Amino acid sequence: MSTTELTRAPRFRLPPALSGSIAAVIAAFLVGAVLIAAVGVNPLTAYGALFEAALGTKNGLAETLVRTVPLALCGLGIALAFRAGVFNVGAEGQLFLGGTAAGAVGVAGAGLPALVLLPAMALAAMAAGALWSGLAAWLKLRFRSDELITTIMLNYVAIHLVSFLLHGPLKDPNGALAQTARLTADARLPVLLGGTRLHAGILIVLVAVVLAHLFLWKRTNGFRLRVVGLNPRAAENAGMNVRGTILFGFLVCGALAGLAGFAEVAGVQRRMIENLSPGFGYTAIIVALLGQTNPFGVLAAAFLFAALQIGASTMESAAGVPSTLTTVIQGLVVLFLIGRAALPLIRDWFGRRFGGGR
Amino acid sequence: MTFLTDPTFVGFLSASMRLAIPIMLAALGGLFAERSGVLNIGLEGMMLVGAFVGFVATFWTGQLWIGVIIAVLAGMVFGLILGFYTITLGANQVVVGIAMNLLAVGVTSFFYRMAFGAGTDRPRIDSFTPLDLGPLVDIPVIGPLLFRQDALAYLGLGLILVTWFVMAKTRFGLNVRAVGEHPQAAETLGVDVQHIRYVAIGLSGGLAGLGGAFLSLSATGVFLDNMTAGRGYIALAILILGRRHAIGVLLAALLFGAADALQLRAQILPTGVPFQFLLMLPYVLTIIVLAGFVGRNSAPAALGVPFRRGRSGKDD
Repeated sequence: MSTTELTRAPRFRLPPALSGSIAAVIAAFLVGAVLIAAVGVNPLTAYGALFEAALGTKNGLAETLVRTVPLALCGLGIALAFRAGVFNVGAEGQLFLGGTAAGAVGVAGAGLPALVLLPAMALAAMAAGALWSGLAAWLKLRFRSDELITTIMLNYVAIHLVSFLLHGPLKDPNGALAQTARLTADARLPVLLGGTRLHAGILIVLVAVVLAHLFLWKRTNGFRLRVVGLNPRAAENAGMNVRGTILFGFLVCGALAGLAGFAEVAGVQRRMIENLSPGFGYTAIIVALLGQTNPFGVLAAAFLFAALQIGASTMESAAGVPSTLTTVIQGLVVLFLIGRAALPLIRDWFGRRFGGGR
Repeated sequence: MTFLTDPTFVGFLSASMRLAIPIMLAALGGLFAERSGVLNIGLEGMMLVGAFVGFVATFWTGQLWIGVIIAVLAGMVFGLILGFYTITLGANQVVVGIAMNLLAVGVTSFFYRMAFGAGTDRPRIDSFTPLDLGPLVDIPVIGPLLFRQDALAYLGLGLILVTWFVMAKTRFGLNVRAVGEHPQAAETLGVDVQHIRYVAIGLSGGLAGLGGAFLSLSATGVFLDNMTAGRGYIALAILILGRRHAIGVLLAALLFGAADALQLRAQILPTGVPFQFLLMLPYVLTIIVLAGFVGRNSAPAALGVPFRRGRSGKDD
């Protein structure tokens, strides 16, 4: 198999820098404003309620940071995979399996000190996520199956598998619901800010972002990752291990998504539940793209979308605008981000139509 | 041979067809797009938009066919937007497709709540009902498979033949294939590559929208958030299994319909298999198909490669 084929679909040019991302966000919010007006609500009132709820109070800000954790970790994984030319849409399933592994280890290891138990849970979660992602890597490298479809299919399989585990082997014997037993205090991430749910997961995110940045720009392995993503043929000619790098892209994405599952279980839910994620793994794709696959950009994008999601429910109750508006805005952000290429075309068209008459 | 007329088996057969139709229609949509060289990852979103718009139009007008027509048009609009990105802008076809699919989830659930509120009282329409074809129904195997369906299903099956005819026998079909295999050569011969691709992606969206309408107007009579549940992606796998050929798509879709019908029935029967494993069946089947058939199946040479006039589109 030629190496160019391996990365045919994921190869894409990044739009120019930060201004593109900001313009895309503004444009998406403007369209969102039109939709809000269509519901019969003043857009300023609605957006005001949204951002007030997400950023204006201590608890709101804490909730936004809590929500940033899974979006940033998954987004970071997807971004690194992108850099290697891998289009991993499977973060959702990898997160579910990571959360399940963390929950299982947390319950089984009850009684162990936190310093042993928490790392064990995190490692189990990362291993589970990487294993699931590695399955897609194997399908791609061995059978040339497009990871775009296999990872989406594996998401559905993972969620059903987790459902089976929570209804069966891992179910809390003393409860009626499909979930694990409650984690003991030693299996929980510590709360950072009293009176809120802000947990130490956000520190894991900051460390991961810095490490990813150093890896991409200061390490030979990171350089290789970027070369393989940009031009697999050149990488191959330079003697780089293209297949190994692609495998690494899959595994690191799975591990980070699994870690996100761990953070949700140990930091927020305090047990593994059936509906662990309302689509974090999918939103994280947008986060990775909006962040231009740059670790700090991913963090900023994750924070923005976290604020959107946290504020949206308040916007719904206070202003009567359906909270699913956030999903619309997320999709629009990407379309506007890549739609920038249309600007010269539109200028040309107007030029020909209205400027060329004389 | 009594099992051929056994009610369980008969029900299984007609359910297989019923479950195959929506993914078959989406896969037909994918066929036009991919044969012209455009990868339509947005099938999922186009289906969802079709399911939603078709439902709303029928709910408001009381006319099922108006819902069907509007669903097709909405799918086309969505297809042309994807076309603008992939054909005119030459954007990454996967990124655009994924973004369109997420947008479709948001737009449909947003407008659903706008139209019907967030209450638990789910609006419902009178869906298509199976046509009465008299004694034909009693033919073993073929009867339940073919003659217990509703008008929309027959339209879908008819479109298999239409697609086959268009692709194999018409100038347009020849142009689509030429554009997908070798756009530079096609252009030299005077074919407008971008025009052909726009028409193909428009048809693609329309067919996916029709597949979506089948979900809401025929299969259920309701609209549910994200009710396509990955069928648009499964359609992409069906396209590969069916070798991007109309008849192949029909057979591959039937295989998936049968898998789906099987898991639905097995859930009721005391098989001892946990129901979650049965639910996985169509998705696992998709993975197996992708692993087993991709290598032996050549895609159109220019699939996924943006075309720019007067330039070699191979490496940009």
